[in-house]
Amino acid sequence: MTTTARVAQTARPAGRKNPTPAPATTGTFRSKNKIDPTYYWMVVPVLALFAFFITLPALVGVFFSLTNYAGYGDWKFIGLANYVNIFKDPAVLQSYIFTFVFALTTTVVVNIVALAIALGLNAKIKWRTGIRTVFFIPMVLSALIVSFVFNYLFSNTLPVLAERFGFTPLATSILANENLAWLAIVLVTVWQAAPGATIIYLAGLQSVPSEVYEAADLDGAGSFRQFLSLTLPLIMGYLVINVILGFKGFLGTYEIIVGLTGGGPGMATQSVAMRIFSGFTGGDYSYQMANAVIYFLITLLISVIQLRLIQRRGVSL
Amino acid sequence: MTTSTLPEPIAGAPAPAGSRTGSRTGINTRSETQSETGINTRSETQSETGIRTGFRSPGSGPAGQTRRSNREGFKINWWLTALMLAASLTVLLPLYFTVAMALKSPDQISGTGLAWPNPMNWENFAAAYVATDFPRAFMSTAFVTVFSVLGALACSSLVAYAIARNWNRKFFRGSFVYLLSAMFIPFPVIILPLIKQTALLGLDNPAGVVFLHVLGGISFNTLLYIAFVRSIPVELEESARMDGATTWQVFRKIIFPLLAPMNATVGIFAFLGSWNDFLLPQMMIADPALQTLPVVQMLFQGEFNTNYSLAFASYLMAMAPTLVVYILAQRWVLSGVMRGAVK
Repeated sequence: MTTTARVAQTARPAGRKNPTPAPATTGTFRSKNKIDPTYYWMVVPVLALFAFFITLPALVGVFFSLTNYAGYGDWKFIGLANYVNIFKDPAVLQSYIFTFVFALTTTVVVNIVALAIALGLNAKIKWRTGIRTVFFIPMVLSALIVSFVFNYLFSNTLPVLAERFGFTPLATSILANENLAWLAIVLVTVWQAAPGATIIYLAGLQSVPSEVYEAADLDGAGSFRQFLSLTLPLIMGYLVINVILGFKGFLGTYEIIVGLTGGGPGMATQSVAMRIFSGFTGGDYSYQMANAVIYFLITLLISVIQLRLIQRRGVSL
Repeated sequence: MTTSTLPEPIAGAPAPAGSRTGSRTGINTRSETQSETGINTRSETQSETGIRTGFRSPGSGPAGQTRRSNREGFKINWWLTALMLAASLTVLLPLYFTVAMALKSPDQISGTGLAWPNPMNWENFAAAYVATDFPRAFMSTAFVTVFSVLGALACSSLVAYAIARNWNRKFFRGSFVYLLSAMFIPFPVIILPLIKQTALLGLDNPAGVVFLHVLGGISFNTLLYIAFVRSIPVELEESARMDGATTWQVFRKIIFPLLAPMNATVGIFAFLGSWNDFLLPQMMIADPALQTLPVVQMLFQGEFNTNYSLAFASYLMAMAPTLVVYILAQRWVLSGVMRGAVK
C-alpha cells in the first residue's frame, strides 16, 4: 500500500492540470498555511464510523478465534487450538475445495461469455440498443430471487423436458445430484455476473483504435486472426481486471447457493462463506472465526499475487 | 506523455479527463500509466468518443459512424445479429417463465411450466401482496435503499474531496490507504462479530443495514470520487474563497454539483446493491416485520409450500422496481456503470 501511495504522489505532478512548477508552489503554500479544520470534520466522523463498524469487528473476530467462545456464555483462551482443529476438519477442507473450484470455473466461463457478448455488441449488428438492454437485465435483478426462479427451472422444468426428449441423465433434478449441483450454481452465477464483465470488456473494445484493424485488413488477416493477434493483446488489461474482480467476488458467493441448493445435497455445495455464517447459530462461533481468519489470509495472499501480476502485466503491455 | 495529454483539457469535458487522472492514483497505478504511453494519443481520444457515443442512439454520433464505416462499410452483420438475438433468449426465457408462472392458477401448473396460462390468473398478485405484507416490506426496502444512496453520496464525496485537496498531508493520505484496506477484508470475516455488535447497540434494524451499506461501499466510492475531484481545477474554488465562502459552502455550491456524473455512477451502484441485498438484512434485522423484499421471498422456500404461482407473483413484484427503473433509464444506467468500469 505504501508503495502505491508513493507512486500516486509522484505521478501527480505529471498531471496536465498542474504543469510541473505549479504543484510545488501550491504544495509549499498549503503546508505552510494552517489547514482549514473543516477538512478534518469531513473525514474524521466517517473514519470513526468505519473503524467502529468494519475494523473493530475484524479485530474482535481475531480475538475470539483464540478462545472457545460458543456465541454465548463463558469462554476462556485456548490458544491456537481452533486453528489446529480446522486443518484436521474434512468438512472445512471440502468447503475450501468447493469454493475454489467453483470460483475458478466461474471466472473462466464468465470471462469467455462476457467477451463473446461484448464482441457481438461491438460489431455491426441490427437493433444494437435493444439487444444490449436485454443482455444487461440480469445485472439489476436480485441474485437470490433469480436463483429461486432457476431453482424451479432446474428441479421441475428441466427434468420434464429431458424426459420428453429421452435424455435420462437430466431426468432427475441436477440440484439433487451431489456431483452436478455445483454446475447449476456456476450457470446461474454466470447468468448474473456476465453483464458486469461485459461492460468492462465493451469499454476495452472501444479503446482499440480502428486504424489497427485497417492495417490488419490490408495485411490480409482474417477476423479470427485479428481477434487473437490484435484485440486480445490490446484488451489484456481489461481481462486482468475482470479476472481479479470476478474471482474475488465468486469466492464469497452466498445468495445464489442459498437460492439453489442451500449448501446441499449433503454438504456438497457449501462454500466457505456459508460455513462461516453457520457459526452464528451452530454454537461453534470461535471455531468459525478461526476459519474466517484463515479465509482472510488466503484472500489476502491472492490479492497480493494478483497485484503483482497486474504490475508485471503493466510492464509488458 | 506530457505532450500527448496536454491538448486534451482544451478539447475534452472534465468527465473523461478526470477518469484518467484518477487511474494514476489507483492501486494499479503502474499498469494504467503504462497503457497510456503504450497506445498512442489517438487511440485514447478514440476510446473516449467511442464510449460516449456508444451509449447514445443506435445510430450513434458522427464519430462512431465514420469509425465503423471505415471498417465494415455500413454493412450490417445479419448472421451475428441472429446469433445475438438467439443468445439474448437466455436472458429473456427465465423472465418470460417468471411472468408465465406468476399468472397461472395452481392447477395450471404442470409439465414444463413454459406454456402461457389461459385464462390468466391475476389474483396471484393480490394474494402475494397480502401474504408477504408487500407494502411494509417495500417501505422497509425503500428506507434502506434511499438512505444508503444518500449516505453513500454524501459520505464518499465529502471524504474524497477532503482527501484529494489535502493529498500533501500525511493524515489524509493515510486515511485514504486505511479506507482502501477495507477492500481486502472479505465480508464473511467481519460478519459474526459485527452482528453481535450491532445487536448490542440496538442497530439490529434497517437503520443498521444503512450504516453497513454506506461504510461497506465507501472504499470503492471514494476511489471513484477522488479521481473526479482531482480533475476539478482548484482555481474554481479559490475565487469563491476570495468572496468569503467557507469550505462547506465551496463543497456544497461548487464541488458537489460538478460531481454530478460521478454522483450518478455511485448512486446507481448504491441503489442496486442496497435494493437487492440479501445477506446483511437477513443477518442483521432481528424483527421479521422489518425485513426487506429479497429476504421476505424466503417465505416461499418452506418444505410445505407448493403454491408456486403465488411465489412467482411475489418474485415478480420484488424484481419489478429495479427492472422498470432500468428499462426506463437504461441509457443513463449503462453510461453510469460504464463510467465506473473505465475508471
